[in-house]
Amino acid sequence: MYQLLKQIVRTGIRTEAAPAADETLRVTAQRLQQAVLARLGRALVIRQVDAGSCNGCELEIHALNNPYYNLEALGIKFAASPRHADLLLVTGPVAKNMEIAVKRAYDATPAPKLVLATGDCACTGGIFGESYASHGRVSSVIPVDVAVPGCPPTPLAIMQGILTAITGARKED
Amino acid sequence: MRLADQAIEFSPLPGAIPVWRAAVDAADLPAFCRAAAEGGGRLVALWGADERDRGQGFRLHVALALREGLAWLDLALPAREPQFPDLSPVFPAAARMQRAVCDLLGLRAAGGDARPWLRHNGWPADHFPLRRDIPAHTAYPPQPEDYAFVRVEGDGVHEIPVGPIHAGIIEPGHFRFSVVGEKVLRLEERLGFVHKGIEKRFESLPLHEGHRLAGRVSGDSTVAYAWAYCMAAESACGCAVPERALWLRALWLERERIANHLGDLGALGNDAGLAFGLAQFSRLREDWLRTNGALFGHRLLMDRIVPGGAAVDLSAQAIDVLAAQCDTIEREAHVLKAIYDDHAGLQDRFLTTGRVTPQLAARLGVIGLAGRASGQAWDLRVDAPCAPYDRLDVNMASHRNGDVAARVIVRFEEIFESLRLIRRILADLPAGEIRTPLPPAAEGAAGAGWIEGWRGEVLVALEAGAPGAHGATLRRCHCHDPSWHNWPALEHAIMGNIVPDFPLINKSFNLSYSGHDL
Ligand code: SF4
Repeated sequence: MYQLLKQIVRTGIRTEAAPAADETLRVTAQRLQQAVLARLGRALVIRQVDAGSCNGCELEIHALNNPYYNLEALGIKFAASPRHADLLLVTGPVAKNMEIAVKRAYDATPAPKLVLATGDCACTGGIFGESYASHGRVSSVIPVDVAVPGCPPTPLAIMQGILTAITGARKED
Repeated sequence: MRLADQAIEFSPLPGAIPVWRAAVDAADLPAFCRAAAEGGGRLVALWGADERDRGQGFRLHVALALREGLAWLDLALPAREPQFPDLSPVFPAAARMQRAVCDLLGLRAAGGDARPWLRHNGWPADHFPLRRDIPAHTAYPPQPEDYAFVRVEGDGVHEIPVGPIHAGIIEPGHFRFSVVGEKVLRLEERLGFVHKGIEKRFESLPLHEGHRLAGRVSGDSTVAYAWAYCMAAESACGCAVPERALWLRALWLERERIANHLGDLGALGNDAGLAFGLAQFSRLREDWLRTNGALFGHRLLMDRIVPGGAAVDLSAQAIDVLAAQCDTIEREAHVLKAIYDDHAGLQDRFLTTGRVTPQLAARLGVIGLAGRASGQAWDLRVDAPCAPYDRLDVNMASHRNGDVAARVIVRFEEIFESLRLIRRILADLPAGEIRTPLPPAAEGAAGAGWIEGWRGEVLVALEAGAPGAHGATLRRCHCHDPSWHNWPALEHAIMGNIVPDFPLINKSFNLSYSGHDL
């Protein structure tokens, strides 16, 4: 226990560390928190759906919860079910074997709902494209509000994408 | 067993690792596999190819790990009703690979499990999308699907279906638990949800561009795949890679290993109730990835390895930064290890949970880090080292308990060993070029790449096609993920454990869905 406490004290608060590199992060984080409060007045709930990704995008989505980005502290939570979600964070090209599951997750999400296509694959089909096994871009299967390019997009880019989605800027895909 | 004692004629493939190739007939194949298994050999991968456009039939490829290196066997099959001997009695891991070959190419194992594996409702049972006369964009109407799960009968037994979409941020797959109360009697996996036609896609790419797709077969292992792909392409082209590039590749492979182990150790602590572990390890992982981004231009190191060498070099200054980061991470990881070791609650959840005994692991052919946690002492960096590993004297982590605790210990040990390797690489990095142009590949030239990624060994086997507008085309490229071997072990590991321990056990393996589903 002593070691554990010592490590916590020694680590300190890492969010918003390293000011030079993190100025954009600090600004994004602040705007994101304000937007969540202004639009929802409660936590924003995200359901992540992997529609066929290579798992690279998932690694960067995971990073959002590390102490640097600390998404939860900004009032943004990941939910276990689409039924509680405000926003679907969809990655990958839509594999045909995932089409039904993706549509079901979309239908199960209560309106008004937002869809963030995350990563090159979700935006355009990416390197996998369309084939007998892939529908390509997410918007060919469910409506998309905002598309975040990148392979994978950095955690900061994903945060900016979430901000764009909740501040209502719609990007036609 | 020694290759030289076999009746089969093997010829060596040029390249960075010892690969022996031979044509076999339908009687030789199972006999050779049995002899290999008795001599401690393992199945690495099994795949197929369509050769009908060359006036032949189909071909089954089987790769085995032997003491001498990789044995790559070809079995010619007729164009009509192509059938091959069922290898799953010798190598249980062959079962799902055989089902995949049947789904994609229509090559059937005589006997064995006849259910589909990668085919869900996407194409009809009598269409085979990887055949060369089927266009990649063929659009099939959705097919009815009725997958025959194995039912467990008995008093009080009920089924819990989970997925394909799971509760957390993880890849999709379906798990069907048969339980009594909380205790799991049986788990049956149904994978293939993220099958996106990667092998078909390769056939539309030029040989010198396939590394980008290979590096996205399983994003968490992008370095391992890109290296394996490039090794295969370089073998097919007879390309001698500059030494400095090989050392840079090893630097990135070890950095990828550490990044994944850091991430998983945090998640494992969290799954066992220690959120502190997740916060700490994810912080270290983020520091690690930021350094990748700053020095190499990509946080996950995608597309840093290219055919003929490396895409980015390392300055003398950067070497100091990397060496200093090794010291920091080592210090912090030791502190965290001491905390994990002493935490009674954590150890209580880790110890004896999700056990795969060495006997079971040997029978199933469990490989990689999960194998090494269950007494399967096999690591390509030690047993079939390509340059520069032949100069680095890698110490292999190996344990026998086969539980979550053992998989945690192996990860810690591999972090410390990889840090040591990185320091050696930084100290001894040879000077010189980092890239050489890929010579043209002769049509039909084949190559294999075999790399010990953080999860286990990755194999890429490819064959060059006719020259196209952008150099040689890719006639066929097969990527094999170690998860093929280890997913079946997870079904055993959960037996007798309680349902709430599944996320922890699953995470301790952390297998790839994308790498497996292709
Ligand atoms: S965008 Fe890149 S990282 Fe994300 S799923 Fe596609 S290939 Fe993987």
